[in-house]
Amino acid sequence: MDITSPAFKSNVKRAIGDKQLQRAMGNVKVGFVKKRAAARENLPEFDQLRDQARDIKNHTLEHLDLYYEIYEKKVEATGGSVHWAATAKDARDIILEICQAHGARTVTKGKSMIAEEIALNEHLEAAGITPVETDLGEYIIQLRNEPPSHIIGPAIHLNRDQVEASFRAAHTHLPDDRSLEEVSELVDEARQVLRQKYIDADVGITGANYLVAETGTSIIVTNEGNGDLTQSLPKVHIVCTSLEKLVPTLEDVSTILRVLARSATGQEFSTYTTLSTGARRKGDPDGPEEYHVVILDNGRSDMLGTEFQDMLRCIRCGACMNHCPVYHSVGGHAYGWVYPGPMGAVLTPSLIGIDQAGHLPNASTFCGRCEAVCPMRIPLPKMMRHWREREFERHLTPRTVRTSLSLWAFLARRPALYHLAASTFIRALKLLAFGRSRLKSAPFAGGWTKYRDLPMPSGRSFQESWRAGGDE
Amino acid sequence: MPETVPKVGLFVTCLVDVFRPGVGWAAVKLLRDAGCEVDVPRGQTCCGQPAYNTGDRADTRAIAEKTIKAFEPFDYVVAPSGSCAGMLKKHYPELFEDGSALKASAEALSAKTHELISFLVDIMGVEGVDAAFDGTVTYHDSCSGLRELGIKEQPRKLLATVSGLTLEEMEESEVCCGFGGTFCVKYPDISNTMVSSKVGHAGETSAGLLLAGDLGCLMNMAGKLKREGSPVEVRHVAEVLAGALDDPAIGENG
Repeated sequence: MDITSPAFKSNVKRAIGDKQLQRAMGNVKVGFVKKRAAARENLPEFDQLRDQARDIKNHTLEHLDLYYEIYEKKVEATGGSVHWAATAKDARDIILEICQAHGARTVTKGKSMIAEEIALNEHLEAAGITPVETDLGEYIIQLRNEPPSHIIGPAIHLNRDQVEASFRAAHTHLPDDRSLEEVSELVDEARQVLRQKYIDADVGITGANYLVAETGTSIIVTNEGNGDLTQSLPKVHIVCTSLEKLVPTLEDVSTILRVLARSATGQEFSTYTTLSTGARRKGDPDGPEEYHVVILDNGRSDMLGTEFQDMLRCIRCGACMNHCPVYHSVGGHAYGWVYPGPMGAVLTPSLIGIDQAGHLPNASTFCGRCEAVCPMRIPLPKMMRHWREREFERHLTPRTVRTSLSLWAFLARRPALYHLAASTFIRALKLLAFGRSRLKSAPFAGGWTKYRDLPMPSGRSFQESWRAGGDE
Repeated sequence: MPETVPKVGLFVTCLVDVFRPGVGWAAVKLLRDAGCEVDVPRGQTCCGQPAYNTGDRADTRAIAEKTIKAFEPFDYVVAPSGSCAGMLKKHYPELFEDGSALKASAEALSAKTHELISFLVDIMGVEGVDAAFDGTVTYHDSCSGLRELGIKEQPRKLLATVSGLTLEEMEESEVCCGFGGTFCVKYPDISNTMVSSKVGHAGETSAGLLLAGDLGCLMNMAGKLKREGSPVEVRHVAEVLAGALDDPAIGENG
């Protein structure tokens, strides 16, 4: 997909002006937040589980090479193959090659953010292969030719009417006068249409929530069961995933699963948790004849050993964006690439460069709500600040910001001069205010007075009155 | 509660110093009433967050060194702001190399730094205040105070002892008001969406006065309420607790 992160500010304006989007975001900020809070309330050991989950991932990241050696051997021993993709292009080429080797004409796809990251659909289409998204949200946005706006609710920016319109436009083989008033009718229709696609597909592509070193298993969690049909009906199953999804044991997975759904949707467990280990064995009633795991790096290994390593603990639950007031204000598309919200503000600069994604880690008040709810205890605000440091070091911070900052810092390092400047500033403001208690516009604070009045100082500086030895 | 008279250095904060010195005086009164000896070292300026959050670590460190030195003689450092207290307490130690003398000094400062209201309740054991306010108020939980320092019950506990005061909670009192330091001028459109939602929730209550513990958030919310022509007034919680209501509310005419 096209990267529009550099145009973040104009994306924001459009998003804020979009009434329908604003209504949809209003639902996000109430629904997800309440559900997670209730789920947490009902599990007294939730916070201890978060610590354990964090420790499991930290341990794995410290020994990633070791666990991948074990994992790869296990996958091969169960009749599968592991493919290493250093870049998005490598991953696309590997997947296309497998599809072409089987003469694939259509592939079904379970939900995969890695497939979004490598722009897999466009690549397959260009090669004459039709990808069919089978997750309902993904299916809807595929019909609309839109990118996802949320990592677990890709169509969360849309309302029922928009989905109905898309279905009527796409499913022209169905009678025009059919009722699509109810959400359940929309779901039924998608299910009917997709049923045949599962049967027709030559290859099924899914993501993976986890890869398990001890067994060579890949795991997906879904609520629709679409992933199961996607991966078990076609002859070939390709798992499209990334480096940081590995955990050592099934026991470890069960710990992390206990915090995943609770953090994401407030469910105790997702409806389906599906484990895939290798290809169909002799005597198995079903399953793919071939099982391929494509593991994408795309900049992740460069994060190991840096201040951004903690980000690789992310399990893509979406809690950070569900609780983010900036995300609630602008929705996911404004972020301009695959990953929105706080996790996107940290991950996106790692993957596409801080020069392109600079706005993302800057557009945060550091309110800390994301870190407070992250099941993996990722210090998201701290890492956004680290990106700002990288920006500052590389002189990517806007010149006006740098200039005013260095002038201010010059004063802040010199208390005597600073106090004099503070008193002078107050006098200047008072002259400007001309007796008013607040300003409706101020040339030096246009960003502020565009939307708010600027309260004026109520007296001389505190330091000045303290030195004078008296109240006010 | 400390056994001897604690020497408290007041970290005024740059916004209180310039825009609302009355908050500083309210803090002084509350600290003295709690039995503290208060001084205001002249070697302080700003906590350094504008530089820190712009990624300028060198200037942040230089400012932090000044602050650390200015507050060396005190038993406690108290700020009428969760954000600035959080900066001294949680972030200063991260600015310096492990094992360095500066790191040790930053950690010493961190250990004795507190936000005003939590200091009164948690350290000084203050159970109530001698103040009166006739009316209903609502309280916004500023982000750093709430999530970095765990300030939630302390202001409510003291507000409950203000004679005549009723506290009515608003929806989403723990959600950011959209101030965020330089964020509000760098991303004014997003900030406006956030503060609109915040003052909307405040307006849904029957409160005539909106309180919080951080002047940045207060100026943001007051500026928005006044722009919208709302009658809801805005004050720092310390003003109400100290009974210091002579100054007009933030942005109001005298």
